[in-house]
Amino acid sequence: MAILTTPRSAVQLASKGRPLKEHLFRIALLTSLAIALIFLAMLLIYVVNKGWPRLNSMLWENQPSIRRPETSGIQSGIFGTLWIIGLTALMALPTGILAAVYLEEYADKTKWYNKLIELNISNLAAVPSIVYGILGLGIIARWLQFGFTVMTGAVTISLLVLPIVIISAREAIRAVPPSIREGSLALGATQWQTIYRQVLPASIPGIATGSILALSRAIGEAAPFLMLGAATLVRFNPEGVWSSFTVLPLQIYSFITRPQAEFSVLAAAAIVILLAILLLMNSVAIWLRNRYQKRW
Amino acid sequence: MSVKQSTTASGAARSLARSRPRYGEVAVKVVLLAAALVSVATTIGIVFALVEPTIEFFGSVSIAEFFGSTSWGPLFNPPAFGVWPLIVATLEITLIAVVVAVPLGLAAAIYLSEYASARTRKIFKPVLEVLAGVPTVVFGFFALTFVTPLLRDLLPFLNLEAKNALSAGLLVGVMIIPIVASLSEDAMAAVPNGLREGSYALGASKMITSVRVVVPAAFSGIVAAVILAISRAAGETMIVAIAGGFKSVFTLYPGDEMATMAAFIAQAGSGDASVGSIAYKTIFAVGSLLFVLTFAMNYLSARMVQKYREVYD
Repeated sequence: MAILTTPRSAVQLASKGRPLKEHLFRIALLTSLAIALIFLAMLLIYVVNKGWPRLNSMLWENQPSIRRPETSGIQSGIFGTLWIIGLTALMALPTGILAAVYLEEYADKTKWYNKLIELNISNLAAVPSIVYGILGLGIIARWLQFGFTVMTGAVTISLLVLPIVIISAREAIRAVPPSIREGSLALGATQWQTIYRQVLPASIPGIATGSILALSRAIGEAAPFLMLGAATLVRFNPEGVWSSFTVLPLQIYSFITRPQAEFSVLAAAAIVILLAILLLMNSVAIWLRNRYQKRW
Repeated sequence: MSVKQSTTASGAARSLARSRPRYGEVAVKVVLLAAALVSVATTIGIVFALVEPTIEFFGSVSIAEFFGSTSWGPLFNPPAFGVWPLIVATLEITLIAVVVAVPLGLAAAIYLSEYASARTRKIFKPVLEVLAGVPTVVFGFFALTFVTPLLRDLLPFLNLEAKNALSAGLLVGVMIIPIVASLSEDAMAAVPNGLREGSYALGASKMITSVRVVVPAAFSGIVAAVILAISRAAGETMIVAIAGGFKSVFTLYPGDEMATMAAFIAQAGSGDASVGSIAYKTIFAVGSLLFVLTFAMNYLSARMVQKYREVYD
């Protein structure tokens, strides 16, 4: 029965021999996928259900409070997250896209330094985020003396998501067929004119999708901020890039670590807000990909 | 391919057009190269941030004590610097995660690549990506407030502590399922159809074709995916800090609270150690160990892909 959904030709012929085993195997595969999805569904239902009593306007209108968890809000975390994401977008996206253009369009891949850059980017993508926290603490906060400010957080997170931006932008640029470039060059455009006027516009949907996914990774990060002294309860919104701050995931962490049950409810409510932002961003990315994906 | 073609094409065009270099074009190339070099600077920054305090640390604590004893407590008085409890906890949680993620992720990948219709794949793949986008604090919260109490009710004989390696490991496993599934699926999708058709032509069933033809053909990609997932699990911080705990005891029992390397760094780094103290330098020593560990795994993964890649036409 189930086998009918697969392409008819060879499969049907082949499957006749041992239908039961085949059937069980297919069910086992589907179950594995289902477990992951059911898990996701359970998680979502659980946090919405648990956070429900606190999902009201107090949540974003009030500042956090240790003494009154029942009216405490998360405003400083929301604003801190917006600051960090805005600055990260300003720093990481242009740098990442330009690096991707270099690696795809200019780099001679037989040269040792280009190989080094490639190897380096794939290594950085696997470095644990807490190690980026150490980088932020040791180099950016202390050595460059940026202190524990929005700027330090944004630079650290920019470096953290940079490999993701580069890798996804490269894929988008690589997907533009050579004939587009050759056509442009044949008409007398220079290489940069070709890239700027033909290749980049053609790869914008792919780049945008990758950028949104990279920024949603940045929104959810908490570990590097633990190292950057942003863990304490911040009761004010950042006023500029040299202001101290907290971010939503870290605020959630600090609620989780408190013993009172009210903080657990507050954490769940804050998680619902965080997940709502992320789901929104993810859906935009998926929509972009499906809407603008070109087959050349 | 495309790069090679475009550069040769542009090279030819330029030599026809003019022999003088266009300075604007050169400037653009320099700016682009500078952007690419930011990543190299990041690595240098990481190494620089880690090395100096690590050397200072080993100036006061001997390497023999660090790797030779099994008692860990840099924040205690008197302090103890045997790193094995952290290493064992990290390995144990990573192992639990791998046991969860590899079968489930691989099975999901086989389903998506070999069994699912194009439409089903288009629905399920993004949902898996959503799972990958869930922040790890959320997984940690879920582990601490839902999974641990549930396991305590269902399996009381395990004697789970409120924070324990089992729940943390399970959730780290769920976190890395999408990495295993998505990268393995890519590898399997790259296996040419001729191989599948050949297998069917010899009378093999769908299952046999998937397990004995497609999976072995995609093996290098699958192994690379698993290694990447392992290194992600070993470095995961928030789940283990929230649900696994900070107590560093030398134990193998997954029901106990234990601290991984990342959890220790998070705990000591978030203000528990005063700046400049030996406990503070410990953060960097453990950070170096974690960095070297994940770096080695990533290198291994790259080598596996290179060495065992099967090339089809």
